[in-house]
Order: sequence, then structure tokens, then C-alpha cells
Amino acid sequence: MTECFIYDHVRTPRGRGKKDGSLHEVSPLNLASQVLEAMRDRNDLDTARVDDVVLGCVSPVGEQGSDIARTAVLQAGYDQSVSGVQINRFCASGLEATNMAAAQVMSGQSDLTIGGGVESMSRVPMASDGGAWPVDPQSAFDNYFVPQGISADLIATKYGFSRDDVDAYAVESQKRTADSYKNKAFEKSIVPVKDTLGITLLDHDEHRREDATMQSLGSLNASFAGIGEFGFDGVANMRYPEVDGITHVHTPGNSSGIVDGAAGLLLGNADVGKELGLKPRARIKGFTSTGSEPCIMLTGPEFVAQKALDRTGMHKDDIDLWELNEAFAAVVLRFMQAHDIDHAKMNVAGGAIAMGHPLGATGAMILGTVLDELERRDLNTAMALLCIGAGMGTATIIERV
Amino acid sequence: MENFTIDIDHNGIALVTWDMPNRSMNVLNTSSIAELAAWTEDLSNNDDVKGIVITSGKEAFCAGADLEEMGGQLAGSALKAAAGDEAAKRDAFDMIFELNRVLRALETCGKPVAAAINGTALGGGLEVTLACHYRVAADHPKAQLGLPEAKVGLMPGAGGSQRVPRLIGVANSAPLILEGKALNPQKAAETGIIHKVVPAGEEVADAKRWITEDGDAEAPWDKKGFKIPGGGPYHPAGMQNFVVGNAMLHDKTFGNYPAQKNIMQAVHDGLVVPIDTALRLESKYFMKTLMTPEAMNMVRTLFLSSQELGKGARRPAGVDNTHVKKLGILGAGMMGAGIAYVSAAVGIEVVLIDMSQEGAEKGKSYTTTVMDKKIARGRATEEKKQEILDRITPSTDYALLEGADLVIEAVFEDRDIKADVTAKTEAVIPATSIFASNTSTLPITGLADASQRPDHFIGIHFFSPVDKMPLVEIITGEKTNDKAIAVALDYVRQIKKTPIVVNDSRGFYTSRCFSTYVTEGIIMLAEGVDPVLIENIGKSTGMPVPPLAMSDEVQLELSYHIMKQTKEDLGADFPETPAYPLIEKMVTELGRLGKKNGKGFYDYPEGGKKHLWPGLGALIGKQTAIPQEDIKKRLLFIQALETARCFEENVLMDVRDADVGSIFGWGFAPYTGGTLSFIDTMGAKAFVAECDALAEKYGERFAPNALLRDMAAKGDTFYGRFNPQKAAA
Repeated sequence: MTECFIYDHVRTPRGRGKKDGSLHEVSPLNLASQVLEAMRDRNDLDTARVDDVVLGCVSPVGEQGSDIARTAVLQAGYDQSVSGVQINRFCASGLEATNMAAAQVMSGQSDLTIGGGVESMSRVPMASDGGAWPVDPQSAFDNYFVPQGISADLIATKYGFSRDDVDAYAVESQKRTADSYKNKAFEKSIVPVKDTLGITLLDHDEHRREDATMQSLGSLNASFAGIGEFGFDGVANMRYPEVDGITHVHTPGNSSGIVDGAAGLLLGNADVGKELGLKPRARIKGFTSTGSEPCIMLTGPEFVAQKALDRTGMHKDDIDLWELNEAFAAVVLRFMQAHDIDHAKMNVAGGAIAMGHPLGATGAMILGTVLDELERRDLNTAMALLCIGAGMGTATIIERV
Repeated sequence: MENFTIDIDHNGIALVTWDMPNRSMNVLNTSSIAELAAWTEDLSNNDDVKGIVITSGKEAFCAGADLEEMGGQLAGSALKAAAGDEAAKRDAFDMIFELNRVLRALETCGKPVAAAINGTALGGGLEVTLACHYRVAADHPKAQLGLPEAKVGLMPGAGGSQRVPRLIGVANSAPLILEGKALNPQKAAETGIIHKVVPAGEEVADAKRWITEDGDAEAPWDKKGFKIPGGGPYHPAGMQNFVVGNAMLHDKTFGNYPAQKNIMQAVHDGLVVPIDTALRLESKYFMKTLMTPEAMNMVRTLFLSSQELGKGARRPAGVDNTHVKKLGILGAGMMGAGIAYVSAAVGIEVVLIDMSQEGAEKGKSYTTTVMDKKIARGRATEEKKQEILDRITPSTDYALLEGADLVIEAVFEDRDIKADVTAKTEAVIPATSIFASNTSTLPITGLADASQRPDHFIGIHFFSPVDKMPLVEIITGEKTNDKAIAVALDYVRQIKKTPIVVNDSRGFYTSRCFSTYVTEGIIMLAEGVDPVLIENIGKSTGMPVPPLAMSDEVQLELSYHIMKQTKEDLGADFPETPAYPLIEKMVTELGRLGKKNGKGFYDYPEGGKKHLWPGLGALIGKQTAIPQEDIKKRLLFIQALETARCFEENVLMDVRDADVGSIFGWGFAPYTGGTLSFIDTMGAKAFVAECDALAEKYGERFAPNALLRDMAAKGDTFYGRFNPQKAAA
């Protein structure tokens, strides 16, 4: 099998995913194409050498529809020979796109690819693409469908995480993110987003709340108590009769933020790197996805991590840094509990609770972030992974070269 | 044609009057559907006809499908199809689709069709009108327009699931098609399922007016650019109706009712395709629903059997019809007060006796409370309230009972007190009167010992709250004669409740079997099974209240007294389980008496939600893990098994009493069709095998009785072996 190397990682800063967010005026097409342009410009890339661009996007309708990957390739001025494909694995789309792009290289079918993702949540709201999963009664009933927030609260209830536990995790996420900013940890990867005149609109993640404390987070109302009463709590409890009702602990303060953003990773085999004068930063050691029980939905990381370790013949102690998307605090707490992982090795640079989770792009962002951290800390191996709608999990293991 | 007459007026408007011979109500059956098809075709081909008005020659428009005929026929072919090959399925589908086909032909006949709804239109009856282009109803506030199919385990099968959401949107349709809620004409017009309400008698004229003045012969959904009001399932706004609607329905039904799920599915699938395809899909889900045992069992018990029992199926032959004019009630507590209200409400003169005048007055005031609530909701008037109150005479004087046709005692559950009031009453009432006890625990034969006329002594067991609960359990003592049974049944019919007739036994039928449910919950708790699991799985079995919460509702204190009494009475025969010592401890040592004193298996914080008492874990002191499936089985099987025992012991004599009594009496999971249908559906053989396995694991109380073993060996079912029709013939 051909080895696949990561040559570069580029991401936009994340803008608040609301009408007053700094990136709201930017179309998802421009978010994606600015990432591709930066990737080309900072590597002095002959784009004709890129075989394919794979971009994740979770609501591929409206201006995110019609294969936004190919549209972005053309918009960024890449050579017309570069194809593009948009894929959707819900919250892991950005990582899955990277894995698929890497798979092309590893199977010898492509030399140079870009994997990444884009989501403008302020312009194309979540669930804009509809879908049978929660709507079609046979699917909703048989899978005990509940919204993710209810699943996250179910995890907290079932595995014993209190409101204080999840808030404490969130405070730490904010603190680590603030430290990352202090240490300029993201400088290598973030490219400012510019408007049509070339004026910088945003050069930092704007969702952060550095001043968050237990007190300030504790004053927020639980987000999902209301919808729980519409029957979703009952459905979750029916599937998990061992819990005595659902305790609602997640709030906007300890859940991932809704934001806009895009990201990409430049992937290729050794030869193309040498030929183009690119320096490999890490190799893709392995990746995989899995499915687990869809009602509790967000415990997939536990299983996909084990699957990834087993498939690569590794042990959890071989992993120096873990990067699990902070969709909800309880997701990360449960993962650390299930695999007995030291918080000191987990999400060391902060995460989506502080910076936000632009659905289609996040997977590529966290893989890039953990790569930056391996380099900053001079460590070797990392696993990036995400919990995913309908009970899935996707993971990627990288190793510095 | 025998079911319809057609009269074409000078304007070319054909007035079709639906008036089926030898029936009080119009129904959809093979004959009326065939004629409906025939005149639809005739009138659409008749160039002289400019429009069609359909009305009824009866008080009601149409009561819906004839479930006895159609239900049996369609279910029969559907079940055959379920077991058969694709061709059998196609044949059954064609049969089921026929009514949809006919009504669609009416809707697309090219001429304006108006329904002049002169009275109640239910189920298929309403669906006929929905296929018309205009609906006007006579303003009878008591007329009902609705699709009650879902209530008996079926779904609308003649376009209702497709035309209603297309008319009024998905969210507004839910109560009508998923819950079977009926509306009066005014409400129906407000909701939008009919166009107009006119004074009674003017509906045909208005229908003709519409044909002349407007006469649009095209249904809204056949017009270009038609949109589902509020949006279909994949419309951004419409989507929420399904995402939230699915969860609400799942939460409410615990997935136990295939009809509800199939209705939701038919609406979902049907709204994204044109009406013709949608109607075919509806028929498919209708057939799929019919193929479920739940549908067959629910129709049989909740519709057919309950109607038969209500009409006096169990009444002894050879006794003239009786009518209670004057009723005496002894004891004006909660039960006595409720009995007084339901009796006075149907025109019976009531004497309500209590130990004190104050107590008697207080009992009467219950009627004031109930009527005031009705008035507040616009369902009664001050005059009506006064009329009912005037029929109730509260007193302490037994002499006022003179001339009573029936006297019901509802005094404290104590043999001596009951004997005392029996003697006092019999001193006054005529020798022909019937004396009834509303006891829920004391055997009737024993109570009748205190009577000079034990042949006129009977048990009439009401359920609480009397005005809400549909069932009355009539208990015959050893000496009770046919006349007493007939009077009791006629009285129950008078107060519009459903009677079952059972023989004497400890706890009779309903209390006896119901108690096994709560006791099994308490036994599991005592074994160390997590109470959270017991309660959550208890809920999902389809019982109305989980067992530990139910124990609190009926008061642990009461259960304790009954168990203690039973233990004393039975001595060595008392079935020892860990439930009794646990209840004893709760009541006598911990003072946790039940919901009424705010402490039982749950805590009931004032103004807050109840929650399981955190002290339970320490009290039990051990934890036992058993398969979740076993919790469900233990809770349901024990009730069905006890019913089978009642049947063998001749406490129960009729399978309909068993099934109807179990659902109406104590809320046994309605989707099963009742305790005996539950056994029949699974088959006696499988039921016995499961019981043997449960007995092995959890105790002898699960050991099947001889009757069940015999049925298992012979492959019998209760409805096959004890078919009530066969017995009557």
C-alpha cells in the first residue's frame, strides 16, 4: 500500500454562526475556495497536479448544494482538470473527506488530493436538507430517534455526569483555547477570511468565551429540557429504561458552538511530495468508521477508537494526543471514562465548545489542530475522532515523520 | 337499489338519499358499497344530471363500516393473505381498495358533488363526505363527525388519512386520525373538515345552492399548484410535524399500537405523491394494519364484544325488561356520591343515605361539582344541573327507601356494618326489590347471609371514579337468581355503562387479577430488581400506570389490610411471597401508606413531581439483575394466567367478560385485546411454555393451570373453545 502523507493544513477562523457573525456575509463557496486558494498559494502548488478535492458538507442544499467541492475548485481558479466531490457523514464529514482523499492516494489511484470541508451554518441552517431518518415514521420509531442534545443528556444521565461535571469540562475547554491563542498555536493553520475587496473579515475564532467560569456557565438554562417534553425524553427513556428520566445538563455553554468555517488538508504520496518540493508533516497511519446504537447516538467514538487501534495493531497507550470533537461535554467525558484516558492528553488545544463546530469542516480542522500540537509538543502519534449522527464514529490515526 | 333512492330535480341536481332497510343506521357494507359504485357511474354518465347531493334518510348520516360484516370479511382475507403468497395479497388488496376506488370515482366524476350531512358521520361515513366537493352539516350540537378507527386498532381506510391532512394540514389532523377524536358540526367547520353549518333541515337546500352557485367539480388536491397546508414531510415547516409527531406518538404508544404507526406512515408516504397513489398507499397500510393481531383483538374486544355486552348479551333469558325508577344508595362517600350522580343524570330518582345528614349532603354536592365543571366547559346548563340535583334526596332516614326498585350499599368494607344496613333496608323496601353491594373485596355469598332474601342479593361493583370508568362488574352469589341479574344488567344499561357478569370469588374477577399485577411489581422490588427498571418497563407494557406507582395510587395501606385479611382467612393456603412482608414494613414500620399521605414507593413533594423514594435501595438491601424481557413478561403473564384460572374456576363464564373486563376494568394493555386474547394470540402452547419457564425462575405462582395445559395439548384457543356465539346457539 502506498503511504499517504499530510503536507499541509489550512483552515478559516470560525465565525459565529448567526446573522451578526463576522462570516455571515461570506458564502460557503467563498469559504471553501479561500481555503483552496491559500493551500495553493502557500505551497506554490501546481494545481494541475491535484487529482481530486473531497469536501464534507452536512447540509448540501441551497448554496451548499450542487457539489460545492467542484464549484469551489473552479472558483479558486484551480486547473479545470481537478475534480471535486462533496460527501456527507454528518459531523465527521470533514474527517471522512480527508480519509477518502487519503484512500485515493493509499490505493495508488491518485497522487495528490485535498480533503476538507465547509459549512456556513449561519446561511444554511442545520437540518435544511430534511431527510428520512427523523421524519419517516418507520425510521423514527425503529431507531428511537431523538435529537442529539437529548442523546447527550442521556449519556450524562446514564454514565453519571452532573451539570457541574460538564460545566467544569467546558471551563477547561475555554481555558485551553485561550492558552492556545496566547501561545499562537493556531497561527500556522488559520488563514484570515477576506471580503471581495480583500479586506480581512475575521482572523480568529470568534465564538470563544475566555471569561467563562463555573458561575457564568451555571446560570445558563438547559437547552433540551423543553424539546424533551415533546416526547423525546420518553423515547430515550423507553430505549434506556435503566435511567430514571433524562437529566438535562447541556447548555450553549457546554455544547459545541454553531459557527461558519472551512478547512482542508493537502495529501499525497512520497514521490509527488519530492517532486513538488513539499515537506511531509505526518503519515496517515489508519482510519475507520463504525456504527453503534443510534438513540444514544454519540457514544460511537468509544467503539471506533477501539476499532482503529485494533486495525492498526496499536494500543491506546501508543496514542500521545487524542482529539475528540467536543460536540457536547458529556461525549468527551464518556469517552475518557470508557477508555480511561488522561484529560492531559485529550483535546489539549481546546475545542468546539470554545471555538465552534462548523459541521462539514470540523473533522479536517481537528485533524490539523492535533497535528499542530504534535509538532508543538514534539510528540509522535495522535488520533482524531468524532461522534456522529445516527450512532456512527469516524477516527483517523496520524504519525509524524 | 335498496339502500339509496335518487331524485333528480328540475335543475338537474340528483338528490341521493341513503336509507338502508331494516337498520337504524346507514353503514358501509358489501351491498351499500356496490350500490354507491353503481349510482356514481350512472349519474356521471347521465347528461341530464348537473350535480349530485348525497344525504341520509336516517337520523345519522352514516355510522361507518359494518365491522361485523366488513371487519370479518376483510380481516379474514387480509390474514389469509398474510400467510399466503403474493397473489393472495393482491386479491385482498383489491378488495380493500374497492371503497377507495369507488369514492375516488365519485370525486372525479366530473360533476359537483355535495354532502348534506344531516347527522352523525363516522369512519367510512365521514370519508364518503370527504370525497365530495362540498360538505354542509346540519347544526345538531350532538352530532359527531370523526374517524374513530384508531380507537379500535384500525386506521381510516377510505381516504381519511389522505384527504384530512390535505384539507387541514398534518398538525391539525393528528387528533382526528391518530386519536379518533370526533367533532360536532360547529367544531368541524372551525377545523375546516366541512365547509358550512346550517340550521337543521336546511342542509339539502344549501347543498343544492352550492351546486347552482359554485359547483366546482374539482377537489383542491386535483388543482394545479395544490400545496399541503402547513407543508408536507419534507417541507421545512412541515417537517417538524413529523419529527416531533413521531416522538410524541412513540412516547405515548410505546410502539405497542401498529395502527397509530401505520396511520403516521400512510400520512408521511401519501403526502409526497399525488392523491391517486396516496389512496393506494393508504389501502396498503390499512391492510397491513388489519393483518396484525392487535387490530383483530382490539376490534373484537373494544368494539364488537363491548357492544354485545352493553346490549345485554349476558342477560338471562325469560326475565321481562326492568327499569329502575327509584334507586337507594347507602353510604355517601366517594363511591356512593358517584353512583348517585350517574344515576340521577339518566333520570333515576335517587335517595342517598348516610350516617349523618351532613355526610349525605356532601355526597350530593359531588354532583354539583361535576356539573359545574361541565357548565364551565359549555357541556351543560344550570337548568340541567338543577334538574339532576332535584332527583337526589340526601337523608339519614331509611324510611325514604320505600318503593326503591334497587338499593346499592356503598358503606365501609366491614361485614358487620354491611349486615346492619342490609337489615335496616330490607325492613323498608318491597320484597321484589333487589339489594346490591358495591363491595370490591368481600365475597357476595357471605354478605348475602345477612339478607332475608339472598336470591335478591347481588354484587354491583363500580370502579372509581364512577362517572369516568366505563365498566361495572356484576357478581352473583350462590343464591342470586336470574331476576336479580336482569335488574342489575338493565340498571347498568340505563346508566350507559358496560357490564360483565362474574361468579363470586375473593376479589371477584377484576380486583383479583389486577392485584396480581401490582403484587408482581412489589415482588420484583423485594427480590432486588431496580425499581427504575420495574417502573419504566411497566409503563412500556401498555399498562396505564406502572406497578409501584399503582400500588401508591391504590394506597399501600389498603393493600396491606386486604392482604392481612386474606392471610387470616386462608391461613396455611395464603400464597407466601416477599411482597407481603415488604408492604407490612412499609405500612406498619415506615408509615409509608401511599400517595394519599405523600409517601409510598414514591415521594410526592408538594408542588413538585413525584419520584421514587431514594430509601428503597437501603430498605431492600440487595440488587438482582434479571433480563428486561422477563420484567415485561412477569407483569403481563401473571394477569393473563390469573384470568385463565378464573375461567377454570367458573368465576368467569364468558370470554367477552374476561377481555372487556380486563381493559375497561383495570386497563390491561389495550393493544392485546384483553387478557384472554393475549393468551390466544400467542397460543396456549407458547403461553404454557413461557409460564413454566417463569415458574422455574420466579416461583410457583406462574405454574399454568390444568385448563391451559389441556388447551396447549389440544391446540385450543379460548375464543375457539368457548366461543360465545356457539354457546348461545
